[in-house]
Amino acid sequence: MNHDTSLGLDSRKMAFWAFIGSECLLFGSLIGTYLVYKGRSVVGPYPHDILNIPFTSVSTFDLLMSSLMMVLALAAVQRNDMRWARIWLFSTALLGMLFLGGQVYEFTSFVHEGLTLQRNLFGATFFVLTGTHGAHVSVGVLWLLTLWWRALRGKLTSANAMTVEITGLYWHFVDVIWIVIFTVVYLIQ
Amino acid sequence: MSETRGWKSWVTTTDHKRIGQLYFYTALAFFLLGGLEALLIRIQLAKPENSFVTAETYDQLFTMHGTTMVFLALMPLSAAFFNYIVPLQIGARDVAFPRLNAFSYWVFLLGGLLLNSSWLVGPLFHAGMLNVAPDGGWFGYANLTERQFSPGVNIDFWVLSLQILGISSLAAGFNFIVTILNLRAPGMKMMRLPVFSWMTLVTSFIIITAFPVITVGLVFLLFDRFFGTHFYLPSAGGDPVLWQHLFWLFGHPEVYILILPAMGIVSEVLPTFARKPLFGYPVVVYSGVLIGFMGWGVWSHHMFAVGLGPVADSVFGATTMLIAIPTGVKIFNWIATLWGGQIRGATALYFAVGFIAMFIIGGLSGVSHAVPPADLQQTDTYYVVAHIHYVLFGGTVLGLFAGIYYWWPKMTGRLLSEPLGKLHFWLTFVGMNLAFFPMHLIGLLGMPRRIYTYSPDLGVAKLNLLSTVGAMIIGASVLVFAYNLWRTRRHGAVAGNDPWQGATLEWATTSPPPVYNFTAIPKVETRLPLWRTEHHAAMAALPATPPEPVHVPGGSWWPLVTACGLPVLALAPLTHTLWLAFVGVAILLAGIYRWAFEPFEA
Amino acid sequence: MLFPDDARTLDAVPLYRSRRWLILSALTVLGCGGPFPQSTLAPMSGYARDIDGLFGTVFKFMLIVFVVVEVLLLFTIFRHRQRPGAAEPRHTHGHTVLEIAWTIAPALILVFVAVPTIQTIFRTQAPAPAGALNVRVVAHQWWWEYRYPDLGVVTANELHVPVGRTVDLELTSADVIHSFWAPRLFGKRDVIPGHTNHIIFAADSTGDYLGQCVEFCGVSHANMRLRVLVDSDSGFAAWAKAQAATPAAPAKNSVEQRGQEAFRRYACIGCHTVAGVSAGTIGPDLTHVASRTTIAGGMLPTAAAMLQKWIENPQAVKPGALMPRMGVTPDDLTALVAYLQSLK
Repeated sequence: MNHDTSLGLDSRKMAFWAFIGSECLLFGSLIGTYLVYKGRSVVGPYPHDILNIPFTSVSTFDLLMSSLMMVLALAAVQRNDMRWARIWLFSTALLGMLFLGGQVYEFTSFVHEGLTLQRNLFGATFFVLTGTHGAHVSVGVLWLLTLWWRALRGKLTSANAMTVEITGLYWHFVDVIWIVIFTVVYLIQ
Repeated sequence: MSETRGWKSWVTTTDHKRIGQLYFYTALAFFLLGGLEALLIRIQLAKPENSFVTAETYDQLFTMHGTTMVFLALMPLSAAFFNYIVPLQIGARDVAFPRLNAFSYWVFLLGGLLLNSSWLVGPLFHAGMLNVAPDGGWFGYANLTERQFSPGVNIDFWVLSLQILGISSLAAGFNFIVTILNLRAPGMKMMRLPVFSWMTLVTSFIIITAFPVITVGLVFLLFDRFFGTHFYLPSAGGDPVLWQHLFWLFGHPEVYILILPAMGIVSEVLPTFARKPLFGYPVVVYSGVLIGFMGWGVWSHHMFAVGLGPVADSVFGATTMLIAIPTGVKIFNWIATLWGGQIRGATALYFAVGFIAMFIIGGLSGVSHAVPPADLQQTDTYYVVAHIHYVLFGGTVLGLFAGIYYWWPKMTGRLLSEPLGKLHFWLTFVGMNLAFFPMHLIGLLGMPRRIYTYSPDLGVAKLNLLSTVGAMIIGASVLVFAYNLWRTRRHGAVAGNDPWQGATLEWATTSPPPVYNFTAIPKVETRLPLWRTEHHAAMAALPATPPEPVHVPGGSWWPLVTACGLPVLALAPLTHTLWLAFVGVAILLAGIYRWAFEPFEA
Repeated sequence: MLFPDDARTLDAVPLYRSRRWLILSALTVLGCGGPFPQSTLAPMSGYARDIDGLFGTVFKFMLIVFVVVEVLLLFTIFRHRQRPGAAEPRHTHGHTVLEIAWTIAPALILVFVAVPTIQTIFRTQAPAPAGALNVRVVAHQWWWEYRYPDLGVVTANELHVPVGRTVDLELTSADVIHSFWAPRLFGKRDVIPGHTNHIIFAADSTGDYLGQCVEFCGVSHANMRLRVLVDSDSGFAAWAKAQAATPAAPAKNSVEQRGQEAFRRYACIGCHTVAGVSAGTIGPDLTHVASRTTIAGGMLPTAAAMLQKWIENPQAVKPGALMPRMGVTPDDLTALVAYLQSLK
């Protein structure tokens, strides 16, 4: 398969990089819209009324840690240490679920404070942007749990290292995008 | 395991050649439908104040004509050639992800059917037939497309179908990028890659970067229509112009998605029939790449009338003019390719030369739109309709026809009839010029586009009648073409491996190729492997039978199953039925799971 | 001659006269003699002439490039067509000097296009000079509302402006995106809800200029027409004075008075303004409807039969029209039409 005219990169991995490039445009458009509409809401609540930076900092840290777990999971799979691979895969998924739980809590409390999709442009752009990210995390969690389940049944071995590596690529990407969103939406108000 | 005959073998196929054929015939069917819509439009406009169709019907016709031709006819016809030809040109056994390829096709088919079902399902939505098809234009400008001004399901059909079709294009984009970068035969360096494959690569990159932008634009519109957000509603601070930016950020690169494959085809056909290598190969390739990049910096030239201010108008006017340079360079290189050749007048060459001749007109009128003040008199008039049809019909469609006459023998093993082909060409050529040239004048004389009726005072009645006659001639030409295809499948002359003495690898194998494409993977030493050049002999013929057994992956149901999840999911908002969303997601997840873990390669 | 009053314009601009005659002779050959009241090629204001001149420059280059390249293409395929027994063609792969030449040539042409383009952009989008007549144009599905804040005039579909004076049109929309265009006087400008755009122009000579909406705005987009009536200074002053006046009340027991009652009874007052009678703002101001030459967004002439036709069934005239069928009885209809016709 690998000869001088292929790029020497696994095809699935290359496709995934292309996919990530495409996703950058997706999130770029969402973030761009958020920025264009910043300050254009005609009624509150506005970002400074409602965003809870300490809380979201914790969930950001949680997501960062999940990336670390993901790295450890891949390393474990690559050295065929399946016991630790299972532990790390599950930890990654667990931290992902924790992040999602935080997002559910955040969304619910915002709705209680009067910020809904329909309320104003801030609500619409905020929920669609962070919601799209949350959907990506959910897909990642499902994916990780699937791998974990297969690992439990002994169907995941170091022969599947590339699958786990691609999972990691996705997970890290979702994490990096969150850092950007956290910076743009929460930190630079 | 895979079957080779019967309907099951087709719905589970992962063979790029079969998928290419599915794309080909499906796109051709949609092309006929879009053409029929065009004829109805032209009949309505044949005279002023005509009442052949109602205003409501007319709006659906022009919306569906544009949407169908762009997303269901021209892009998929290009995709048919990506599928069939690219793996052959690069000396591969299949695309990188055969099942993803099948998935792309099924999603395209289902998206196209969902969109067009809107013609018939009116009664399900308490409306008549022919009443709920999309009617907001292929460009779907907000805030007209908001629930307040378009309360029916018409726009819902449009938004949801476009989202589905976008998934198909994205999947194909990833697939062909990897295929071309990773599956080339030994020795096929990037600068030995045939230009058509190069343009496929550039197009794929444009697809994966442009479609996410329209996806986001459509998501906002969906949320506005279904969940009461105000993305494009000025009453709450939203701005309908945001839609225009998102739409044209996608829409202008989309134009290059439509034209670059045709340019690639022409760059294959001209050298073959002039019996000379393409003049300035690297320049043609790089100018294509450059057009792909520059396509991102010009979107606002669709919005000169919006009032973005003199600075933005000047910048976007200038960047748009710059695109004329690589385009002009391509045209000069094509003419230089013909110069000094022994030009054989096959139908494919006729269409390729017709492409150049007509594309020049479309390109030149394009320069006049790049001049913002002139554009203020031209945009949204028939002058622009003339321009896009010289580019997309004179350009893309003629280019695709050249490709069909060129590669049909490879796909079927039989040659299309040349006399019928010539008749098809001349009817098309005369018809399109009669149909579209007068539109320049109609526009300059002040007739706006997208109007179902016009006043006799404008003085454009005879020009419109002329245009309608031209459209009918195009219609007749398509009948000749369809007859040629139908007749040839059984009675055409047998083509042999290489009827045109082509230079690229697809001509090294049999017509049609075996399921594994090549008995042995060819070793490539020049850019024109099948031609004898100054320094290289032509490539030796491939063995008649594979020297070692070739592994061919089997078929799979899961691409089709997964694809079915999408229209089911789309039906949920369309019919306001929540459980359908769960069913759709369940089908998607189950399909993906089975797909991911089925022993496909074994 | 395109238009009788066009002589001066045509002679003043020899630069692009050739193009106009080219197009006109093409049209004559086709048997379409005109007149072309919505033509972009017969400019009647400085703004429109500026654009036309620029298009003329571009068109000249387009024509030259078109002829050169098409002739080259045809000559090439004729000269190098296959001849029996000819040797295989020599394989040439490229030529650096040629590549550079045909990159630079179009670039040079584009410089000659770009410079006047940018100059024209800034000239035609300059802010209005002091003393310009301000008119607020509000687009509605599917009609145009005009407000002259300095003159206290409100009217619809037919825009009156004085000849020679700079007019600053301030464009806003009440619903969706429209585009305002009367090609002989100015290039189009989109009318976007939430935005305020401007068209600034001064008409050369008096007359009646056609235009229409050019951004797809729904079912009756095709029926959203307009007219610009360029009046002499005195004519405009007289028109403005008459428009600002409140119409006299109809005589007691006259058919017009019955019409006015019907106007109230059928809830016309909910949507239409007639000064002194009602203050609706959803439909056009009817205070001086009979002084306008057309009704229904420029579709029908203002005649009794047409008014009747419109009121009886607006959707039959203009699909999707927002004005409902009020079920006016024949008697009331006659009176209503008489009343409207009295609103001069």
